[in-house]
Amino acid sequence: MQLTPLNLLGLAVVVIPALLVALLGVPFLWGRPLSERWIGRIVPTGMVLGLLASLGVLGLMLVQHTYQVTIGPFNWISLPGHAPGEEGGHFHFTVKFVFDRLSVPFAILSFVLCGTIGAFANKYLHREAGFARFFMQYALFVLGMIVTSLAGTIETMFFGWELVGVSSAMLVAFFHERLAPVRNGLRVWIVYRISDAALLIAAVVLHHLHGEGDFAALMGAGPWPEGHALLSANQALIVGLLLVVAAAGKSALVPFSGWLPRAMEGPTPSSAVFYGALSVHLGAFLLLRVSPLLDTSLTLRLVVVALGLVSALLGALAGRAQTDIKCALSFASLTQVGLIVAEIGAGLRYIALIHILGHACLRTLQFLRASSLLMDYHNLENAIGSRLPPFSSPLGRFVPQWLRVPLYRFAVQRGYLDAWLTDYVARPFLWVFRSCDALERRWTDFLAGGNSRESDRVGWQAGTLDDLSL
Amino acid sequence: MTVLDLPLLELAILVPLCGAALVARIRDSSVARLWCLGFCGFAFACTIAEWQDFNFLHAKIAHDPGPLARALDNFLEIDALSAPLLPVTALIYLLTAIATLRTKIRRFSFAGTLISLALALAVLTCRNPWGIRALLAARTVAPSLELRARGKPTRIYVLHMALFIGMLALGWFFVEMEGRQRVHSLWAVLPLLIAVLIRTGGIPFHCWITDLFEHATFGTALLYLTPMMGAYVAVRLVLPIAPEWVLQSIALVSLATAVYAAGMALVQREARRFFSYIYLSHASLVLVGLETLNPIGLTGALCVWLSVALSLSGFGLTLRALEARHGRLPLSKFHGVYEHTPLLGVCFLLTGFASVGFPGTFGFLGTELLVDGAVQTYPHIGIAVVIAAALNGIAVVHAYFKLFTGTRHVSSVPLQVGLRERLAVLTLAALILGGGVFPQLVVPSRHRAAEVILSERERLAPAAPGPVETAEVGPSVRTNKGN
Repeated sequence: MQLTPLNLLGLAVVVIPALLVALLGVPFLWGRPLSERWIGRIVPTGMVLGLLASLGVLGLMLVQHTYQVTIGPFNWISLPGHAPGEEGGHFHFTVKFVFDRLSVPFAILSFVLCGTIGAFANKYLHREAGFARFFMQYALFVLGMIVTSLAGTIETMFFGWELVGVSSAMLVAFFHERLAPVRNGLRVWIVYRISDAALLIAAVVLHHLHGEGDFAALMGAGPWPEGHALLSANQALIVGLLLVVAAAGKSALVPFSGWLPRAMEGPTPSSAVFYGALSVHLGAFLLLRVSPLLDTSLTLRLVVVALGLVSALLGALAGRAQTDIKCALSFASLTQVGLIVAEIGAGLRYIALIHILGHACLRTLQFLRASSLLMDYHNLENAIGSRLPPFSSPLGRFVPQWLRVPLYRFAVQRGYLDAWLTDYVARPFLWVFRSCDALERRWTDFLAGGNSRESDRVGWQAGTLDDLSL
Repeated sequence: MTVLDLPLLELAILVPLCGAALVARIRDSSVARLWCLGFCGFAFACTIAEWQDFNFLHAKIAHDPGPLARALDNFLEIDALSAPLLPVTALIYLLTAIATLRTKIRRFSFAGTLISLALALAVLTCRNPWGIRALLAARTVAPSLELRARGKPTRIYVLHMALFIGMLALGWFFVEMEGRQRVHSLWAVLPLLIAVLIRTGGIPFHCWITDLFEHATFGTALLYLTPMMGAYVAVRLVLPIAPEWVLQSIALVSLATAVYAAGMALVQREARRFFSYIYLSHASLVLVGLETLNPIGLTGALCVWLSVALSLSGFGLTLRALEARHGRLPLSKFHGVYEHTPLLGVCFLLTGFASVGFPGTFGFLGTELLVDGAVQTYPHIGIAVVIAAALNGIAVVHAYFKLFTGTRHVSSVPLQVGLRERLAVLTLAALILGGGVFPQLVVPSRHRAAEVILSERERLAPAAPGPVETAEVGPSVRTNKGN
């Protein structure tokens, strides 16, 4: 790789968030996290430098009329097969970053919004017990976002994808002494793991179909959104469906929409930037990245459009019945993300990209304004001495009377999706394994000739070191 | 014949063995622990030096120059497979001894630990099938004695281990009887298959592992299982001679076990049982990779073997440290101990994620290779590896939330991590993260080991079973293709 100014700036865009993780992570791991003051200095510096570097890349690309800059590929690991030249017998993990008309705006957006939220959170979480923990997870999130947006291979994307997943789930459970955030964090994590698994399987399938996971090799070497997929329609359908599942999990599309309002249990800054603005768009970003693949299969495109429209409809309906402002905003996000996905399915790539950028900025502003808006409403009501007039949608008049109650219940229950997943996926799954556990107990009791499980007698003992000093 | 420069293998085994005799005579547990640490540290230093020596020699197999090695044929040898396993095993023992708290040292047998370490290292440096069998049989004794001494039920453990040893002996007896046959009979192969499945905990032979974690001390169970001797048996005794259908059977059962155990980990109501299923799932995944018979899957399995041994040791030590503070840990309710022991919380997540192959950790590339290799050999069902990894990831976070969050734990005394525990878990954390950032330090050497294993299988398949011949490697075998 030549060390041109463009390449150096490109490397800086990735290295700066990685350095931020290291700077915050090492003292955190050592058990001596940095003070608020230091975090307050390091985080904005990192964000500003990252933003400047990505703006520099954009500027140089515009000046040089370059539509695509590639950093790498760095062969992290390359292993030959048992018989050299044998089909699929080799393995190489390449790290590659691509700056193009899709990734550069997304990276800039990530730095702008994360920087804004970093500054906001610095005040918002002042003297909060988990201040350092929040910024540690924030740094992981930023790194994940940047790696995902700039990834030039599906393996590199998977790396960032997982970082975003784990940091998001942990941030939902940030107030971890309370039960609800923890339960919701686990729920988010489960959906993210399904999404991760789908992406990993897609990566493996791509490797086996094509021998590599490089987007340029798969989608043609032309800069985004040009190029066409080098897979047959059937192959594209299989890989595409896996990627759609991955995108649906990450962007809370149907049937995974239930996690989005649950994610609002996290602190407002993280809700605003992570689930409201950035990570909720990652699924759409993935579909944009592989959009040439969608062109290969009409069925796949129809699936994507249908999924987007259904999700948008659900978001629009459910958002109207929410009583909590953050939940209402989260469903508003879902509506827009659904529309964005439908646009991608319809082939309107630039519109989808602009839609993402505009929506992310607007939603971040709305989330940050949410708490003070409630205060303003209270002040207004106090000033006029009565409640503000309720707002009702004019569309409500067109809904027949008999449909209103079921529709309202559907909206309040968020499309029954959570209940459906719980009843038909989680419960049967747990029932099967609990039955196996019961069978194992019988078997080990039989072998042991009595009760074989000491753990049955385990309670929360105030024992051992609780009454001893270390 | 390539010979190592110093008799370090011999020292790494004999010094802990002699040390055990000394430690057994010391009545003061604190002093015994100090001696134990010294001997474990010495063994660890010897194995590290031996590994480096072996790397410099660029040999396929190297022999120890000591008098004991000269007296015993096919004993005290080191090859590409065992070279990194020796220091990893010694490190697990050392860190477990370091992290044993004062409140537990009276219950933890330091002499037994040293004997177990010597036996584990001896197994890893032995290539004689009957020697491996005898050493593995000897290794099964200590946990059983401990269970008996603590008045715990031993029947499940003893039954399974007796069956394991019996099947191993029976299988190898028939293999030797059949001599130079290209394909061995069912009488020879089936007992070996069952022996491997018992030792690695393949369903339906897995109950002894959960039982051992239930009744033995956590340290003993951890030390007995995390070096993954079951996988070693599979590579040394079964893989070179078994027909393909046997390996496929082992892989299929292991695949099923990996998914089953990952699912079972999610419904456990107690932390030790949860850990035992997580261990089972990972041990089975290693076995899946070993039986893929392609260099990518095999390389992945060898990488995951190392990463899982390290990460699950760290994971186990974290749980053990929590147990030392709070007693046995039910997962049926939230405990919220994060505020008291944040370091343990972080290490719990880090080691747990490393075991499932999270990006940035040692296990990441190994898992990628394993998945790739498994799908290469079993295109449809290889995907189950991904499902098992996903379920394990959910189980780890679920357990983290149960143990560290959900409520505010009130304690009248400080529960922070002590210096020794900090040292142990941070060492493992550093190795896990270091291996994640610089996988080039490990993966190519595992690939070479995988190629050697495969070439040995090709060489031995039509040949007579028996002691594996030792041979120096020529330039053609010393491949650097992975770099």
